[in-house]
Amino acid sequence: MDLSAINPVLLLASLMVAATPILLAAIGELVVERAGVLNLGVEGMMITGAVCGFVVAVNSGSPTLGFLAAAAGGAALSLTFGFLTQYLLSNQVATGLGLTLFGLGLSALIGQGYIGIKAPEVPDLHIPLLADIPVIGPILFQHDPMVYVGLLIVAAVWAFLKYSRAGLILRAVGENHDAAHALGYKVIRIRMLAIMFGGGCAGLGGAYLSLVRVPQWTEGMTAGAGWIALAIVVFASWKPWRIVIGAYLFGGVTVLQLNLQAAGLPVPVEYLSMSPYVATILVLVLLSSGRAPGSLGRIFHASS
Amino acid sequence: MTLKSILLGASILGALASGAIAQDDPVKVGFVYVGPVGDGGWTYEHDQARQAVVAHFGDAVETVFVESVPEGPDAERVMTQMALEGADLIFTTSFGYMDPTINVAAQFPDVRFEHATGYKTAENVAIYNARFYEGRAVQGLIAGSITESNIIGYIGSFPIPEVIQGINSAFLHARQVNPDVEFKIVWAYTWFDPAKEAEAATVLIEQGADVILQHTDSTAPQAAAQAAGNVYTFGQASDMAEFGPMPRVSSIIDNWGPYYIARTQAVIDGTWTSTDTWDGIAEGMVGIGAISDAVPAEVKAAAEAMAAAIADGSYHPFTGPITKQDGSAWLAEGEVSDDGTLLGMNFYVEGIVGDIPQ
Amino acid sequence: MIRLEKRPQPSQVWIVATPLLAVIATMIAGGLLFAALGKDPVAAIRTIFWDPLFSENAWFYRPQLLIKAAPLILIAIGLSLGFRAGIWNIGAEGQYIMGAICGAGMGLAFYPMESVLIFPLMILAGLLGGLLWAMIPALLRVRFGTNEILVSLMLVYVAEQILASMALGLLKNPEGMGFPGSRNLSQYPSAANLELIKGTGMHWGVVAAFIAVIFAYVVMSRHILGFNIRLAGQSPRAAAFSGVSPGRLVIICLGVSGALAGLAGMFEVAGPSGRISIDFNVGYGFTAIIVAFLGRLHPVGILLAGLLMALTYVGGGMAQGSLGLPAAAIQLFQGMLLFFLLAVDVLTNYRIRPARRRVA
Repeated sequence: MDLSAINPVLLLASLMVAATPILLAAIGELVVERAGVLNLGVEGMMITGAVCGFVVAVNSGSPTLGFLAAAAGGAALSLTFGFLTQYLLSNQVATGLGLTLFGLGLSALIGQGYIGIKAPEVPDLHIPLLADIPVIGPILFQHDPMVYVGLLIVAAVWAFLKYSRAGLILRAVGENHDAAHALGYKVIRIRMLAIMFGGGCAGLGGAYLSLVRVPQWTEGMTAGAGWIALAIVVFASWKPWRIVIGAYLFGGVTVLQLNLQAAGLPVPVEYLSMSPYVATILVLVLLSSGRAPGSLGRIFHASS
Repeated sequence: MTLKSILLGASILGALASGAIAQDDPVKVGFVYVGPVGDGGWTYEHDQARQAVVAHFGDAVETVFVESVPEGPDAERVMTQMALEGADLIFTTSFGYMDPTINVAAQFPDVRFEHATGYKTAENVAIYNARFYEGRAVQGLIAGSITESNIIGYIGSFPIPEVIQGINSAFLHARQVNPDVEFKIVWAYTWFDPAKEAEAATVLIEQGADVILQHTDSTAPQAAAQAAGNVYTFGQASDMAEFGPMPRVSSIIDNWGPYYIARTQAVIDGTWTSTDTWDGIAEGMVGIGAISDAVPAEVKAAAEAMAAAIADGSYHPFTGPITKQDGSAWLAEGEVSDDGTLLGMNFYVEGIVGDIPQ
Repeated sequence: MIRLEKRPQPSQVWIVATPLLAVIATMIAGGLLFAALGKDPVAAIRTIFWDPLFSENAWFYRPQLLIKAAPLILIAIGLSLGFRAGIWNIGAEGQYIMGAICGAGMGLAFYPMESVLIFPLMILAGLLGGLLWAMIPALLRVRFGTNEILVSLMLVYVAEQILASMALGLLKNPEGMGFPGSRNLSQYPSAANLELIKGTGMHWGVVAAFIAVIFAYVVMSRHILGFNIRLAGQSPRAAAFSGVSPGRLVIICLGVSGALAGLAGMFEVAGPSGRISIDFNVGYGFTAIIVAFLGRLHPVGILLAGLLMALTYVGGGMAQGSLGLPAAAIQLFQGMLLFFLLAVDVLTNYRIRPARRRVA
């Protein structure tokens, strides 16, 4: 066993990369849940984004267009969810699960002819000044753009929720949709916008997997990442910056597990693999301090 | 009447009828795939072989396939459906299809089954496998010669004898040309999962490996190696030539075509019997992908010479003296391993660090 | 503009009509999908819905329907009790796996002894395995208020890892040449869950599913527990005032659904699947959630919905083989079915009215 073979800086770097897809999906879902909607279809939206991004990137040769298409694809799929839950008042849990199934099937169908094809490369970003810091510079500040975009989105969401009027209204809708409606706010419209944002972010997260991380398209390639994103939102007590911690925790445990294996640690692989999930449960139990938005998951029907 | 007797009666009638019509009806060959045809690896090569059968026999043969069939009761249903719809020969291309194949074969004694990588046979079930360890020997020689960090990463799928054979064979031949080389082995517990394979490859590269060998089927490790730069890889199951000349410097190609064509011919001629086939480079079942120019000429020559020696039978990758990892002697000087030990191989050879997961 | 007006009572007509409407809408949309893929829509729909029941080889496919539907119905019945009360057990897949592991482990512990007691012991083990696995989210919810959706979901992944560990380690077949996977239970007479009546596909799991349907119907319509469940689901405050203990309800509902899921897993591993392997689980726990909703959380509805889902699986497999329809299309089809049902479901509880234009 040779633990010195594990380089902590490299570990941190690959941690950032591993965390990005779930970070993106989780921050989107956070906005949706703060608006009072529980969308369990994150997995379906992520994988739809993955395939849309891949198809567009391969056909156009531009990964940027791919990412944009992924966001659009995720948002479009989330519209189905939005329409069913907000206008047709369907049960959010069931609709979310249906969205997952639908998304998995749709993406597999769209991706039929694209299995095994190479995606156009996403070049690494070289942040001036910061990337020149010896040792840690090239490791932490020379990732592909999406890593930094993810962090920027988290910052933007935090500022939006905390400091803007629109963010306040969104939170109000999430806490008590009847009161918000009585005050004259368009609950359904706000929720639809939030749902679309969540879909777009989930799409970006999925596209990160298919365009940067792997980078290939395979059926079902998200492999449960959407569910982990949902767990991270609760883990983070619906606060944006804690999402980053949660995503890094998860991304980190997966990367650590492989590193320990390669270094020869004789812990059974399966127990290492289940550690992120056990960790989430522990954190969910211990961190019961966070309160869920008051009307999370409840159906809104204006009676006037 | 029981289900079994109905089936028996129907199939006997069917067999009599088909016997009477014989060569006029095209022979129907079915293929059950465990993954998608586009996986670029294991299933892709089986489908290539299927297309070779179609190309070779033309109208005399009709093929049908179902992809991504989960192992278990679904596999049994798919095989039964193929048999009911008139298949004469069915290839089941995954170890996990073993019990379903035996079960369905018992119900359709006039349909012939070919099961890949299994060990159970029946009167109408044949098994076939490829001596991948021969290809691994060539890979090990190349890997040991071109590595500069002396660390070779190995992405294992499941700790089964076939994979252990590959690891041992590669290691022995890497050590032969480079006594300082060491292996780092990571178990992915999957045959095909690009995300996991990419992560495994990245981790190995971060821990210093500059050559990656894999027993998993996707091209993800090649992509990870390409992104890292200066890392060599080998294609697995398919040539993966689009990643050549770097990082992919060679590959093991599963070439099932000749075997499939031969077996279909046997069905047409009426000479088919249940056999146990384990072919390698000599018979063409294991192909060595073209060695790229990133490999020095003398290494390339040595590798090709070894492949030729294995092919003509003058060299066996497991030739003594070889000691097991626990220190006990396995093969004496010049002694060659028997097939039985290889088929049940559950030990590493001396020099490999780490234990086989239990 | 359209306005939705809540009905005083859910409409009886629409309760029956919505599933039918949803199926017809799915058939039409599915047909369009298949046409877009270049397959004959009528042939595809016929292969999926008609052929498994009435074609020339249907004598083989009809039993397959029962085999496929049994675990779905068994799990869905258990889930429906909880769903009615607003207790969301999303981790049925994990409970299914644990029940299978415990049941198989119990059976293999006795190998190669033969005895009539072994199978009942396996049933008990399967029940307990699923029950205990479901107790984790139940107790966490009662004690700490943790969200049972996420805990039960995370436990699915934990269970999958335990399954892999068992298949490679403790339960590995010593005569299996080093390959992962346990001994084949369906070849071990005392433990095997074989067909009871040849050619019908009925194994003990199917019998259990039918018993569960009857049991659930009786409990939900006649027993005080059923009343409390429905009350808690529709009005938690009224339930609290009426003395229903929410903690007890959580434990009972999660416990029952876990036990039934574990039972389904045990029947599957001793019968159709035959052995513990790394990818033994194929998603029945999640599909059962769809079945529960399709069946409108009513026992008889679940029975029919389970058979319908099984039909799409079996028929879909046939369509794949004979028409070359991609597997993904069937998954999409099933998702669409659920979506259409959820969409038309609004008519049960709400009336459509033209909105009057607001004055000034």
